[in-house]
Amino acid sequence: MNLDSKIPEGPIGEKWTKHKFNLKLVNPANKRKYDVIVVGSGLAGASAAATLAELGYNVKCFCFQDSPRRAHSIAAQGGINAAKNYQNDGDSVYRLFYDTIKGGDYRAREGNVHRLAEVSVNIIDQCVAQGVPFAREYGGLLDNRSFGGAQVSRTFYARGQTGQQLLLGAYSALSRQIELGKVKMYPRTEMLDLVMIDGHARGIVTRDLVSGEITTHSGHAVLLCTGGYGNVFYLSTNAQGSNATAIWRAHKKGALFGNPCFTQIHPTCIPVTGDHQSKLTLMSESLRNDGRVWVPKNKGDKRNPQDIPDEDRDYFLERKYPSFGNLVPRDVASRNAKEQCDAGKGVGASGLAVFLDFADAIKRLGEDQVRAKYGNLFDMYEQITGENPYKTPMRIYPAVHYTMGGLWVDYNLMTTIPGLYALGEANFSDHGANRLGASALMQGLADGYFVIPYTLGDYLAGLGTKPVDKNHPAFKEAENKVKENIKKLLSINGTKTVTEYHRELGKIMWEFCGMARNEQGLIKAKGMIKALREDFWKNVKVLGENESFNQSLEKAGRVADFLELGELMVDDALNRKESCGGHFREEYQTEENEAKRDDDNFAYVAAWEYKAEGQHTLHKEPLKFENVKLTQRSYK
Amino acid sequence: MSWFTKAFSGSIGKKIIMALSGLFLVVFLIEHLIGNLLLLSDDKGIYNGYAKFMGDNILISILEYVLFGGFIIHIAYGIYITIQNNNARPIGYKVTNASENSSFTSRYMWLTGLTIFAFLILHLKDFFLTHKVSVFEPQAATLYDEAVWAFSDPLWVGIYIAAMIILALHLSHGFASSFQTLGARHPKYTPFIKAFGYGFAFVVPGLFALIPVYMYMHHELKMF
Amino acid sequence: MSGSMKLTLKVWRQKDARSKGQFVNYEAKNISPDMSFLEMFDVVNEDLIKKGEEPIAFDHDCREGICGACSMYVNGRPHGPKSGITTCQLHMRSFKDGDTIVVEPWRAKPFPVLKDLVVDRSAFDRIIQAGGYVSVNTGGVPDANAIPIPKKDADAAFDAATCIGCGACVAACKNASAMLFVSAKVAQLAFLPQGQVERKERVEKMVDQMNEEGFGSCTNTGACSVECPKLISQDNIALLNREYIKAKLTSDNV
Repeated sequence: MNLDSKIPEGPIGEKWTKHKFNLKLVNPANKRKYDVIVVGSGLAGASAAATLAELGYNVKCFCFQDSPRRAHSIAAQGGINAAKNYQNDGDSVYRLFYDTIKGGDYRAREGNVHRLAEVSVNIIDQCVAQGVPFAREYGGLLDNRSFGGAQVSRTFYARGQTGQQLLLGAYSALSRQIELGKVKMYPRTEMLDLVMIDGHARGIVTRDLVSGEITTHSGHAVLLCTGGYGNVFYLSTNAQGSNATAIWRAHKKGALFGNPCFTQIHPTCIPVTGDHQSKLTLMSESLRNDGRVWVPKNKGDKRNPQDIPDEDRDYFLERKYPSFGNLVPRDVASRNAKEQCDAGKGVGASGLAVFLDFADAIKRLGEDQVRAKYGNLFDMYEQITGENPYKTPMRIYPAVHYTMGGLWVDYNLMTTIPGLYALGEANFSDHGANRLGASALMQGLADGYFVIPYTLGDYLAGLGTKPVDKNHPAFKEAENKVKENIKKLLSINGTKTVTEYHRELGKIMWEFCGMARNEQGLIKAKGMIKALREDFWKNVKVLGENESFNQSLEKAGRVADFLELGELMVDDALNRKESCGGHFREEYQTEENEAKRDDDNFAYVAAWEYKAEGQHTLHKEPLKFENVKLTQRSYK
Repeated sequence: MSWFTKAFSGSIGKKIIMALSGLFLVVFLIEHLIGNLLLLSDDKGIYNGYAKFMGDNILISILEYVLFGGFIIHIAYGIYITIQNNNARPIGYKVTNASENSSFTSRYMWLTGLTIFAFLILHLKDFFLTHKVSVFEPQAATLYDEAVWAFSDPLWVGIYIAAMIILALHLSHGFASSFQTLGARHPKYTPFIKAFGYGFAFVVPGLFALIPVYMYMHHELKMF
Repeated sequence: MSGSMKLTLKVWRQKDARSKGQFVNYEAKNISPDMSFLEMFDVVNEDLIKKGEEPIAFDHDCREGICGACSMYVNGRPHGPKSGITTCQLHMRSFKDGDTIVVEPWRAKPFPVLKDLVVDRSAFDRIIQAGGYVSVNTGGVPDANAIPIPKKDADAAFDAATCIGCGACVAACKNASAMLFVSAKVAQLAFLPQGQVERKERVEKMVDQMNEEGFGSCTNTGACSVECPKLISQDNIALLNREYIKAKLTSDNV
């Protein structure tokens, strides 16, 4: 298979402009003759659905939540990057592009990332026009902060609820199109398969989560905007319902899966308290702007943190990375926390946590100012732990947060299946091996507002305006297969619950395919996952029937997919014999225990083709760097 | 429906009517109280003169209809809104812990309102209707005498006091609430409106209640 | 499991929208004070599945208090006994060992029960669809800093915009009124210059839709604000009333 990324020729700054001109256009009068299916209603989905409807396409939008406003983009706290350079501190499109490529440890495409940086400025304009209440300065202009290791202040934010405000903006645009009749919204509806006709994506099979009804929907194109697959790890900062079913089933129909092993572990999460834990709560890493990370110097120092004098504390990030200090990138911060805990210096009851201390910030700024900046995060922390972070340092531990991998897409965001697109976290494209803070929101909205409206037209214009043949046997076939699958899940009636399988899978993934990976562990994990999956299909207990509101059944289908996807992640991690970004192979590290890339052999996108259960073929898309010089990241 | 009827048939419109009619009745209460306080004077001519003026003046007679209108609107809309609000929750909760989130008075406006309505009927029968009829019977007792007579019965005095307590509860929420409904809320003035509302709810029914007590005590003492 | 608390739950069970429901008692054993209320339900549900009984259906998603999906009426209060949080942020340390906890779905005519503790809140979506937006298409908008907005207004707009659409205001209100929800959206856009163009039309349309859905009238009990997980202020309701009166008096809609 030839993976054509369709990156336009020419200088980096002109690629997108030139490409936009070369894309075919759909006649305005013809747009209403095209049906577009959008799966997911988060930042990518809602913005795409709204924008395409504004252009005149007929859009059907699906989400599993009871309202499109609840998609998990809503939980993003910190902010959204944009190369506005409002702060006059040296930012530019090129710098954002450069930082993103470097932050991604040189495993992203230059062309895509530059486009992302270019349209980032339009996103802020768009959101403000929608009435998104970004933080402002007293003069009335937008405020910015520096975020996640960036040397410039380019992050726009709305207190600690930026994702919520951006999503509500996109949701309002979507709502407007629903009212206008251009978008038909299907809440509480889950996509369970892709329908293909003659190799093109032409529809989807869905299950109505209330009635259980299985239906098919046809469209000229299908956009998957279904987010990431962090829930493979069971415990993550994702929502309970976040799942990989849509992309995984599309993958099984032929869409290649790019860089599945690239997962981001977020350093500032609230530690696990026990087996009952159902999710991990992230606290915005903006906390690291003022909080200082430390552990006791001496193993087993069980004194109260306030009683440990400075000389007995190890501010390990400041010590090891004097110029970046507490603001080193996420993967570095996470791995260092794990290192400290593995060395027995972890704090709290579980020993799986490090301190994030605001005592100095409170001394410097006063409690009121700290409250103004981080009040909601502090409240959240106290709510969950019962401890007051103004008085005692927070305890934090890394947690799975974001998946850089996803369906392989070309420059047009089209997967290897013609007519099937992937947007936002569901695709693999822009973050390489590690995503910069405040860049997820940017990418979701860039794809939805400013990329897909151009690139989709190019595909549709080549199709002709004939409606999709809803009577094509492919629809019935796909529907029947979905029904069979559900029947099978319900008929096993074994002894273990879906959650038990999910938890077990999560433990395997976290242990062997988490912050640090090695060949031996990965091989072991592969066997364990395979055995677990086989056991699942023999012994899972799913009660109830299909024709009802059945949350166990929903979950069973999702976990079944995680059990397959988990193995592919392990395969990918095994294949990538280097360390880069969020992927840290213990065998490949520098003398200073930093990630050691192997650009000669691994500067490629690993795109996996599904062959059969547990069997994949690897295709490589070489990454060409024409503008950025590859260097070893150093945050010393 | 025209914009006008539509405006007042919706949920906010109906509440605006409640607020405006309520505030109108508050104004009436002040007027009524001033008149009643004349009962505290031993010179019964003063009060009877006032009563006569109120009975004879054409403008007052017209205003009387407006007042009735105000009462009817406030009561009818109150009942209508209450029924509609109850319909908005056809199946209730098994357990509610509403005292944690709202005041008793705000939740039971319908009850205090209906109680005041019942009292109003008694009150009108006692003083207003007999008085209206008495206009045609010059020999009949003056309104002042009627008051003396009525408040010689401790049961009546008790009923009046109880009614005024209920009125106080109704006003303690209703006064400030009507401003909220009309959108009059401001960090500078709202605390004052609230405080004034509480003061009003305490003072006005308090003075109303004082009259039967005073008359009961005063005239009983005089009988001995 | 990790805990030792034991509780009795009285939970509303209802097969589907058409069926009649009833309360069913459950024992919740081995509960840790560190569990969230929903994690406690997870434990109970796992036990139920093992016993071959259908687990209790409830809405939940982000479990960090922002998506607005969770919606339990716990011991007579939406989202339970603590203020300023959602059910998923309620932790078992807020209860005592041996407590009996009554859990009901939101109750309101416009929020019909779909199953057990799950209700249909699409009425809220329809209210937003009626006008809760600024009608701008993607692209062609002015630079974000072209219109300075006083920080005070931006902050007020943000405070109103923190609404998560969970419906606790409706659940708490004795009248099942949706005024706090509607007012939050109206206020957000009324504070911002971007919202001015459609200001009158927006409030008229949204209030009309609210009435059509069958929500009750606001009687200013204030329960909504107290129970709101984001503590959205009653100021917004006064503002909504004001906006509505102004719009009715001066809009072009006859």
